[in-house]
Amino acid sequence: MTTAQAEAADGTLPHEPEKATLEGRNKVLAFWLFLGGEAVLFGTLFATFLALRNQTNEGPTADELFHLPLVAAATFILLLSSLTSVFAIQAMHGNRPAVLRLWLIVTVVLGLGFLGLEIYEFSVYVRHEAFGMTTSAFSSAFYTLVGFHGAHVAFGVVWILILIGQLSYKGLTVVTAPKIYVSAMYWHFIDVVWVFIFTVVYLLGKVG
Amino acid sequence: MDWITTVDHKKIAVLYLWAGGLFFGIGGFEALLIRWQLIKPMNNFLDAQTFNELITMHGTTMIFLGVMPIIFALMNAVIPLQIGARDVAFPFLNALGFWTFLFGGLLLNLSWVMGGAPDAGWTAYTPLSSTTYSTTHGVDFYTIGLQIAGLGTLIGGINFLATIITMRAPGMSFMRMPMFAWTTFITSAIILFAFPAITVGLVLLTFDRILGANFFVVGGGGSPVLWQHIFWIFGHPEVYILILPAFGIISEVIPTFSRKRLFGYSSMVFATILIAFLGFMVWAHHMFTTGLGPVANALFSVSTMLIAVPTGIKIFNWLFTMWGGQVRFPTANLFAVGFIPTFTMGGVTGVMLASAPADFQFHDTYFVVAHFHYVIVGGLVLGLFAGLHYWWPKMFGRMLSERLGKWTFWTFILGFHLTFFLQHFLGLMGMQRRVFTYLPNQQFDLLNLVSTIGAGLMGVGMIIFLVNIYLTSRRPADAAADPWEDGRTLEWTIPSPPPEYNFKQTPLVRGIDAFWKEKTAGHKAMTPAEPVGSIHMPSATILPFLMSVGIFIAGLGFMFSRDEFRSPLTGFLFNNYVVTAIGLLITFGSMLARSLFDDQGWHIEPEELEGR
Repeated sequence: MTTAQAEAADGTLPHEPEKATLEGRNKVLAFWLFLGGEAVLFGTLFATFLALRNQTNEGPTADELFHLPLVAAATFILLLSSLTSVFAIQAMHGNRPAVLRLWLIVTVVLGLGFLGLEIYEFSVYVRHEAFGMTTSAFSSAFYTLVGFHGAHVAFGVVWILILIGQLSYKGLTVVTAPKIYVSAMYWHFIDVVWVFIFTVVYLLGKVG
Repeated sequence: MDWITTVDHKKIAVLYLWAGGLFFGIGGFEALLIRWQLIKPMNNFLDAQTFNELITMHGTTMIFLGVMPIIFALMNAVIPLQIGARDVAFPFLNALGFWTFLFGGLLLNLSWVMGGAPDAGWTAYTPLSSTTYSTTHGVDFYTIGLQIAGLGTLIGGINFLATIITMRAPGMSFMRMPMFAWTTFITSAIILFAFPAITVGLVLLTFDRILGANFFVVGGGGSPVLWQHIFWIFGHPEVYILILPAFGIISEVIPTFSRKRLFGYSSMVFATILIAFLGFMVWAHHMFTTGLGPVANALFSVSTMLIAVPTGIKIFNWLFTMWGGQVRFPTANLFAVGFIPTFTMGGVTGVMLASAPADFQFHDTYFVVAHFHYVIVGGLVLGLFAGLHYWWPKMFGRMLSERLGKWTFWTFILGFHLTFFLQHFLGLMGMQRRVFTYLPNQQFDLLNLVSTIGAGLMGVGMIIFLVNIYLTSRRPADAAADPWEDGRTLEWTIPSPPPEYNFKQTPLVRGIDAFWKEKTAGHKAMTPAEPVGSIHMPSATILPFLMSVGIFIAGLGFMFSRDEFRSPLTGFLFNNYVVTAIGLLITFGSMLARSLFDDQGWHIEPEELEGR
């Protein structure tokens, strides 16, 4: 039995529980690698969007479409959720499972808020602006890029919810800690991608 | 059942080998049909549509479902052993990677019996692959099948990266790592950065075809050249995903049978890294004739030619390794040595094609066909043959027959040169690729006939190899731990085939070619780095299989979601995405199950280890 397992057995946690076991270290490393691949994935989507963003096919343009206050609100909510997930990891490092769970729940709620705004935004475009997947190359690129990000947020929300469940009946251990840590990495990554979407899609669409 | 639930890297290697071999056979059969059609001018053995389907499926099958899995088979069989690990970093993901590859491949090949195979070429260029020109579900099978199979490759790549970074035996620094482990590492890195691009490309094409999006539709503002960029930013690195492992195999086989250290080990490592880096910089050399302009063409021309430098370093290092060595020529080394001139010829025509003005002449002729078959068959397939003959005793505990092996080598390599050497001249004389027939009396007749005979000879070589495998499998498994007697790396220090836990005690590595170093110091075995202790093993599980089945069902459901069905029930199920939902439910349900029930694994205790 390693020191880390021994500590876990008597209820205390090692300093960085996510890196206490080889499995945990592997998980964190592989997730960094995975995020590298995700960066290429979104990079390709961004490149596609940049190539096609003026190809509106006589449909609505970015300038006509986007409503910055709504997007700014969504951005604020999502960035805030990155902060709350940092609080969650700090609580994990302090071995305070209850606080950890609380911050995870706040993160999920903020994620859901962001998704709600995005769904509202899309529904307005589709219903009132006749701006759908098939309208133009610009619309296809827009929905694919922003939609992929939205799907990532949705996946993250479900993932963190499952982790909250795990936390409740397994507790905070060297097995659950890496999972929580990795989900926080994922969440930050989604946030970073959104910053680029906000800039490249929305700001550039309004003023570029 | 044992095979469906296994998470052992050695068994997964065998699964990859058989599945890859099966697809390789299908792809080879398709090649023979293509060559049979071209045996004489104005042949009507096949019609144009079938021919298009055959060339598309031949290319796609060979690249994604034939050679890649066999590469993964060798990596899985060898890498943990070479670096002194008991398994890969993520055994569960390893199994998942295999099953997604297999179900993706099955989905793609189902197209033959479900209304038409893809027919737009293996590059699926738009607008040829749009619903306007490709009206069957063929290209949908292509996009969704490859998407699922590509998932498996990406998982495998991340797994090997993590394994090699964290699980090397004590003392094995990166610069003491065997070359095959190095090329696997770099290949995995290329996979990680290249595959997401094709993932996006396939998604966009799927959306164009099924959801009516406009990415590549000119009428809606889209751009067909965009597809080419996305395809080749993945597709060119893919060439190095294929060839670097072959380089690694050659770098293992030649020193072993020359009884010498690999010449210029560190230059080999840096050449590998440089090739990987440059591989990402050259994608547009596939697009010289799309009208990118002289500046872009010149830049991509020069960067492409640069790759010849590190590749040349490798070629000379292999030659210098043999120089002055005590060279033996068992089948494995025959293939390795046969690789060198053949691959070099492929490289030379590569430099010719890299010259943009010349490429305007060579473009879409048989010269290009000859070039890439020299690289892929003359490079990779010869390398895989070398690797399979070399590691077969380690994987299965049985030596392949040398007599049959030599027959395999000579028929295959003769057939290969007969088939493809002549195609250089066919190309220079103006014979176009991808056309299903040609007119008589253009001086194409004789060369095509000989080319087809060569292809038949390659087929004979493959059959001899299969016979060899069959006869070998009936013999007792009595291969020695170090059957070539000059084994240099850690896999030869443990029994053939290796026990489930690989190493009873993790070895201590004291230099490059760890085992060779101990041998020259007069030791018979490695010094262990740890006492004999209980070994933790992961449990077998059906979940990876179920997840892949789920994705497979979801893919089929999505593909047919816009179809009209005669039966209202099937129509309801597909048109409302019920089938897709069921598939995704199986997959996500399996993921949930994986997440909720922790795998505690099991232990092999020291008494049991000593008992053997």
